[in-house]
Amino acid sequence: MSVGLEHYLILSAALFSIGFYGALAKKNAIIILMCIELMINAVNIAMAAFSRYSVPVLLTGQVFIIFIIVVAAAEVAVGLAIIMNIYRSRETTETDKIDLMKW
Amino acid sequence: MALDILFWLLATVSVGAALAVVLLRDVFRSALSLVLCFLVVAGIYITLSADFLAAVQVLIYVGGIAILIVLAIMFTRDIQRGSPANRLRIPAFIMAILCFGVISFALVNTPWQISTLSPTIPTTPALADKLLGKGGFILPVEIAAALLLAVLLGAIALMREK
Repeated sequence: MSVGLEHYLILSAALFSIGFYGALAKKNAIIILMCIELMINAVNIAMAAFSRYSVPVLLTGQVFIIFIIVVAAAEVAVGLAIIMNIYRSRETTETDKIDLMKW
Repeated sequence: MALDILFWLLATVSVGAALAVVLLRDVFRSALSLVLCFLVVAGIYITLSADFLAAVQVLIYVGGIAILIVLAIMFTRDIQRGSPANRLRIPAFIMAILCFGVISFALVNTPWQISTLSPTIPTTPALADKLLGKGGFILPVEIAAALLLAVLLGAIALMREK
């Protein structure tokens, strides 16, 4: 059986689920950010697969991927800046120790 | 046929690298396997005949985001404690399995419309026409520029010494 749209979509779903597990189950804020990047990459694979197999000449999916990559880069820059700021004031990056606003 | 073999190879390596990101104890090693996963995703773009996206993936993810993440790991001292899981590890695992199951069930049972046209190669001129040409995505491109400027200022403002 030759590789088709479903194969790419299931690969994307697998990567998304792995990232989902990591984002829910990890303590370290940097690891959570890495897992979110993994999920974004999974969505990009699905988008590229749809662009290749459903509308091969329109390239709309690839344009969307470019914008997703821009937003992901922005998210990583600001997210890491926030994490470093928290680390500077509280000496930790573990999410269950950052509980100043928790009663 | 060669494309099929390439796909299975890349899919195996990417899922393995993603699992390593989640399962490894050492934070630095999991960051390195994240870089491997980004590179393999660039290969997957090549099998999908998206050559420009593969180049963008290598430039931005492997070149930029990976370096940011590695720098952040080196600046924080928590790496000696590894990457422990929190109390919700078992429910999170069950939720991830459920998520994968539901998504793949929906994917397999949907009749997708597959086009038989051959894809555009090379994609770079067509993408430039889409992004900057008439009736294209010029407004989102401008908004992305404004977003990047805001992010630049925001990151500097957050990291500045008080």
